[in-house]
Amino acid sequence: MPVAASAENMIEIRGVSWRANPHSSKEILVDVSLAVPGGTTLVLLGRSGSGKTTLLKLVNGMLRPSSGEVRVEGRSTQEWDGIQLRRRIGYVIQDAGLFPHFTVAQNVGLVPGLEKWPAAKIAARVEEMLRLVGLEPREFSARRPRELSGGQRQRVGVARALAADPPILLMDEPFGALDPVTRAELQREFRALAQRLEKTIVFVTHDLREAMLLASDIVLLEKGRLVANGKPPDFLGLRHPEVRAFAASLELNGATA
Amino acid sequence: MTDFWSFAMEHHAEILSATLEHVQLVAIAMFFAILIGVPLGMFIVQRPAPRAIALGIAGIFQTIPSLALFGFLIPIPFIGGVGQRTAIVALTVYALLPILRNTCVGLAAIDPAVLESAEAMGMTQRQILFRVRFPLGLAVILAGVRTATIITIGVATIAAAIGAGGLGTFIFRGVALVNDALLLAGAIPAALLAILADFLLGQLERRLRVI
Repeated sequence: MPVAASAENMIEIRGVSWRANPHSSKEILVDVSLAVPGGTTLVLLGRSGSGKTTLLKLVNGMLRPSSGEVRVEGRSTQEWDGIQLRRRIGYVIQDAGLFPHFTVAQNVGLVPGLEKWPAAKIAARVEEMLRLVGLEPREFSARRPRELSGGQRQRVGVARALAADPPILLMDEPFGALDPVTRAELQREFRALAQRLEKTIVFVTHDLREAMLLASDIVLLEKGRLVANGKPPDFLGLRHPEVRAFAASLELNGATA
Repeated sequence: MTDFWSFAMEHHAEILSATLEHVQLVAIAMFFAILIGVPLGMFIVQRPAPRAIALGIAGIFQTIPSLALFGFLIPIPFIGGVGQRTAIVALTVYALLPILRNTCVGLAAIDPAVLESAEAMGMTQRQILFRVRFPLGLAVILAGVRTATIITIGVATIAAAIGAGGLGTFIFRGVALVNDALLLAGAIPAALLAILADFLLGQLERRLRVI
């Protein structure tokens, strides 16, 4: 989706380039523009090092663009207070990044706690979120992250990201480290969840199959450039060589699976 | 050894009071070293230049032979002079490096995924320091306190040279009089103290280890 300025776009990225520092000539992102309409799921697809994660961190203001502009809910991330912005954006990463010294309930209640919700409201919300991701609160609330399986940890990670009811969710290969069976399970559940909650989601993956399953739109990054984009069924038919390379990996997977 | 046992029996009250004096010296010095070292470590952990300076200075103090450090302090006003106060200043300075270094290491060596998600959840740097880095680094910080305590128990025997009392009193007298019984009356309780402190702080450290 080429950028068309619109009030409906929750996230707009306009001509964004990013370098690790001003003196570096190596651009991690080169003139990327895209827009994410509210309630849709954008999948950023690309190989390792293509700039996907960098693009995510530009959305929640953990990184600032070297040039260009990132707008969230109609406001540039330069104008947002970084802390306020990030509390309105859920974030899930591959290793979940749960706090090992917190219980499951404390992890899920983190952002509501930072937002100073009353304790009773947090407790109710934590239960609701755990049920939402398929974890029985009575069984899991008091556990520590190390007492969970990889799949359970990711579920807690999703519950934590959703706890303060943020309109936007950023997900960085959240299911990447899981075994194929658990991964497929979480992908299916997450798709249903995303449709029901009407969140605006940016999802990073290098797995075309996952992209096809979850995306409203797919954007392909190659060496920091946006090289192709399309809706899932059409995307596979694009002629760009990097799209063909990903499509070939899908066929290979299909043949061996 | 028979000399030592009869000496110890005869003078057990003195040995006990010297041991208590020794414990007091170490405890006060450790109190100040922790009070300075841990907050200073928290302050410098993400500031490379101050960190290099603070660790450098603490490292230099560590290399000064302890007897010389006690000597240097005597002529300095307020903190110097002969007696306990000077000894406590010197012991605090000695204990600082392991505490400072371990505080920096403990606070810095946190799983990057945990720090990344802490930041992405909208925690401020201050909240990350106190609610993530500090609790997760506590076991490593405590390991530094443990090392520092053991060093201080040993170095504190030298404090007797500047009239601060403690178990060193027996050791210095024993050396001067070439009397093994006296020497052991200072050395054995000091060694036992070190072993005990190591054990107790080790237990505490294991309890605080999160993973």
